[in-house]
Amino acid sequence: MANSQRMIKNLYRDSVSLMQFSEKLRALDGIQQASAVMATENNISLLVEAGLLATIVPPSPNDLLIVVEGQDDSSVGGALDQAEAMLKQKSAETGEGGVRRVPPRSIEMGLDSMPAANFALISTPGEYAAAEARKAIQLGLNVMIFSDSVSMEEEIPLKQYAREHDLLVMGPDCGTAIINGIPLGFANVVRRGDIGVVAASGTGLQQVTSLIDRFGGGITQAIGTGGHDLKSEVGGITMLQGIAALTADPSTKVILLVSKPPSPDVMKNVLEMAHQSGKPVVVDFIGADPASITSDSVTGVRTLEDAAKASVNLSLGKASGHFTGSLPDQYINVAKECVAKLNAEQKYIRGLFSGGTFCYETLLLLSETLGIIYSNTPIKKEHKLEDVWKSRGHTAIDLGDDLFTQGRPHPMIDFRLRNERILQEAEDPNTAVILLDVVLGYGSNMDPAGELIPAIQQAQKIAAQAGRTVIFVGSVCGTDGDPQSLSRQEALLRDVGVILTESNAQAARLAAAIVNGR
Amino acid sequence: MVNKLFEQDLQVINIGLSSFADSIQQTGGKATHLDWRPPASGDREIGMSLALLVNAPEVEDANRIAHERFLSAQPILMGVEQARKAIPNLSERTLLHAGPPIEWDRMCGPTLGAIIGAILYEGWAGDQESARQLAASGEITFAPCHHFGAVGPMSGVISPSMPVWIIKNQERGNVSFSNLNEGLGKVLRFGANDPSVLERLKWMETVLGPAMNAAVQQLGGIELRSIIAQALHMGDECHNRNAAASSLLFKKLTPALLRTEVPQKDIASVLEFIAGNDHFFLNLSMACCKAMLDAGHGVEHSTLVTAMARNGVEFGIRMSGAGNQWFTAPAPMVDGLFFPGYTSTDAAPDLGDSAITETAGIGGFAMGAAPAIVQFVGGTPQDAIAYTREMYHITMGSNGGFTLPPLNFDGAPAGIDARKVVDTGIAPVINTGIAHKDAGVGQVGAGITHAPLECFNKAVQSKIL
Repeated sequence: MANSQRMIKNLYRDSVSLMQFSEKLRALDGIQQASAVMATENNISLLVEAGLLATIVPPSPNDLLIVVEGQDDSSVGGALDQAEAMLKQKSAETGEGGVRRVPPRSIEMGLDSMPAANFALISTPGEYAAAEARKAIQLGLNVMIFSDSVSMEEEIPLKQYAREHDLLVMGPDCGTAIINGIPLGFANVVRRGDIGVVAASGTGLQQVTSLIDRFGGGITQAIGTGGHDLKSEVGGITMLQGIAALTADPSTKVILLVSKPPSPDVMKNVLEMAHQSGKPVVVDFIGADPASITSDSVTGVRTLEDAAKASVNLSLGKASGHFTGSLPDQYINVAKECVAKLNAEQKYIRGLFSGGTFCYETLLLLSETLGIIYSNTPIKKEHKLEDVWKSRGHTAIDLGDDLFTQGRPHPMIDFRLRNERILQEAEDPNTAVILLDVVLGYGSNMDPAGELIPAIQQAQKIAAQAGRTVIFVGSVCGTDGDPQSLSRQEALLRDVGVILTESNAQAARLAAAIVNGR
Repeated sequence: MVNKLFEQDLQVINIGLSSFADSIQQTGGKATHLDWRPPASGDREIGMSLALLVNAPEVEDANRIAHERFLSAQPILMGVEQARKAIPNLSERTLLHAGPPIEWDRMCGPTLGAIIGAILYEGWAGDQESARQLAASGEITFAPCHHFGAVGPMSGVISPSMPVWIIKNQERGNVSFSNLNEGLGKVLRFGANDPSVLERLKWMETVLGPAMNAAVQQLGGIELRSIIAQALHMGDECHNRNAAASSLLFKKLTPALLRTEVPQKDIASVLEFIAGNDHFFLNLSMACCKAMLDAGHGVEHSTLVTAMARNGVEFGIRMSGAGNQWFTAPAPMVDGLFFPGYTSTDAAPDLGDSAITETAGIGGFAMGAAPAIVQFVGGTPQDAIAYTREMYHITMGSNGGFTLPPLNFDGAPAGIDARKVVDTGIAPVINTGIAHKDAGVGQVGAGITHAPLECFNKAVQSKIL
């Protein structure tokens, strides 16, 4: 027979609930007698009379005294532990009919209702995003900041803190990521596999992951860094952390990096780390010379499509592949057929993009063979459109630029602006090809083809009435797993005569071949 | 940790666009979407000051210490003495008042009336007009009760001759004080100062005070927390409703008083007086809370709120790590029910030190245990529970010593964290009486109000790290 007692400081229960509680204790295995009381003078003397109290204690009426008698020390000790735990447990917050609940308002409150949370996705107005991110990392959460307009002065300390605490801060202005198979922000539903992606560009990440899916591969993680990460000031903190994490990740076989060319010091560190990963790494520093990147373990590529293809090849254990940049055979005839439909005045490509990286990649590819391409976001600033609302020569417009999104949803969601511009380009007798991107996935419009088709048909009518044919060329970025379904969207657009290629790069090259073939 | 994330289920707290939470859930992930609004009433700079304090180790450590000192306090009623003897450093010609500091010419009606009454009671002036002149002359020092470890309901005026309850926290030795409750109707704390008021004050000084002291000495002190704990199980929240606690106190005092040398006729009048006032315990509830909170005050870096008090013009709070600073905002109006013949246009803004009870986790915070109280705002018992539940989100924990039957005997939400108030925008709820804006009319209603968020915004910005 063993007997033990425990005082729990500053805990009050009324006598009725303590009597019920004592009953519960007596029902525990190996327990003969148990009593829980407030440690008043009276209660203590009752316990003494009952012979239950081994050690007399001074009265302390705000404390709760538990005494237990049982077979052996271990059952008695166990019962006391269990009793204390039961008393300190907060009652389940259920069963109070009609009591309104406060939905969580702060990250801390969110953690109260989701204690195992490990991630915060922040898409507040930009002015508040840094503070929310700061709270999240201080609470031990990894963070994705979708919000833009967060300054580099705010970004740097966040990323430094996160690095010191082995947390990831993706963004600010990180539009997309896929973590553990879950699409975050604007993201596609991509098959899981063994390719890990780190990308500084949102649409770049969507393009490579969608193409990996299209080419039969799959991804482990797709980490976004935000557009400032590879600048000297930030030093590529997130990209370097991403490479390190993918290096350590046993599921990741191939690492794929996507960014505009980083500043030279950051580039050096990134390539150094890529090299040291011991895994095959594919790098698309969009606009940089692949030769300056390529080494024995690093494959430099020129386009997002090549990046996806090389990664899938490596994932299948093959060589990364050789990318010539020439137009695939099947499109050479298509181009010829298109050329035959154009009149002598139709000379120019008009690219209308919703994805910034699609526009940028197109500018790079078109300028290789067509010379000057005008844009609101040109490669060379002398090629900036004076009036962004009016095209001249070959033009490629990023409609996701702040200029166009003031007071209006993003063009991946709201197609009105692009549709108006399609009609405007169709009116122009010099327009040969209207080049489009279509982005599927969560966050985007639920039926982009349905939004575009009336405008395309109207544009075709306008051109026909003027005795012309306008060629529509485009690509759809997405997967069959996306809520919009890639194959359905492609079929709808093909039905109205849009020529679709697998990738943005191919669409640009096809468009270039058409105007060059005239 | 980054790699650990890859091995775990992704569980996302979503702040901003709710559609992002939907898509996470549709693809098999877990997401909790916040009902987010810009913290700190949208002030970006304060929002960043707050962010730097969230889960900051220095603050967390300090709060653990402050909260533990607050919760483990054991306030004992030690006796009753005149303020001039009981309260250290209280010089003659000093009058204490409720709330944060305020000058004579800015005081609200009830406080003005109470100050004049106190001057007359002390005999410092012979009539209203000369009392007024004396108050304006600068010869009287006005100071918050809180600066002297004291608390007083409504105008909270304490003068040197008044008897005060003396409460000592056995755990840390700190001492707090409160005046004795005068009852309802024409009373000094609402600014009344006619001869009947002064006569009652005199009786309290010469009869009630000594009798109470004798009874308390007879009992060897009275444990206050256990009275509050029991009263919370009897429908009190010990701010706006003290019926049960006053009865429990009466039960203790009566036999003790009969064993003292106090003359029989005085015992009768004293017991009649106490029995006729359901709020008799309020001042003890307040002083008990004050003793508990003072124990948690003065911990460097701590964001524990240790006082909320109003002077009828401003609402002020104090924070453990911010020393003797007050963080103030205009006093809010009270949303409530008015006694027959009065309306909201008669009301003074929120007044009194009694919000010390909410600061300590009872009063409005324990409304769930006092369903009768919500009738003042036309609410239901469910509303009362909801008020209490909401307060858990802005407190550091709960007080296992003050349990609430309708909430399955969970401890009352206790220990306001200024950070959480600013982050959530949830303002502490306060049950309170409503004073007439003019001196001396008295209580005209009761209801519910909320502490202004501005006070907490200022506290968070006060560079406590």
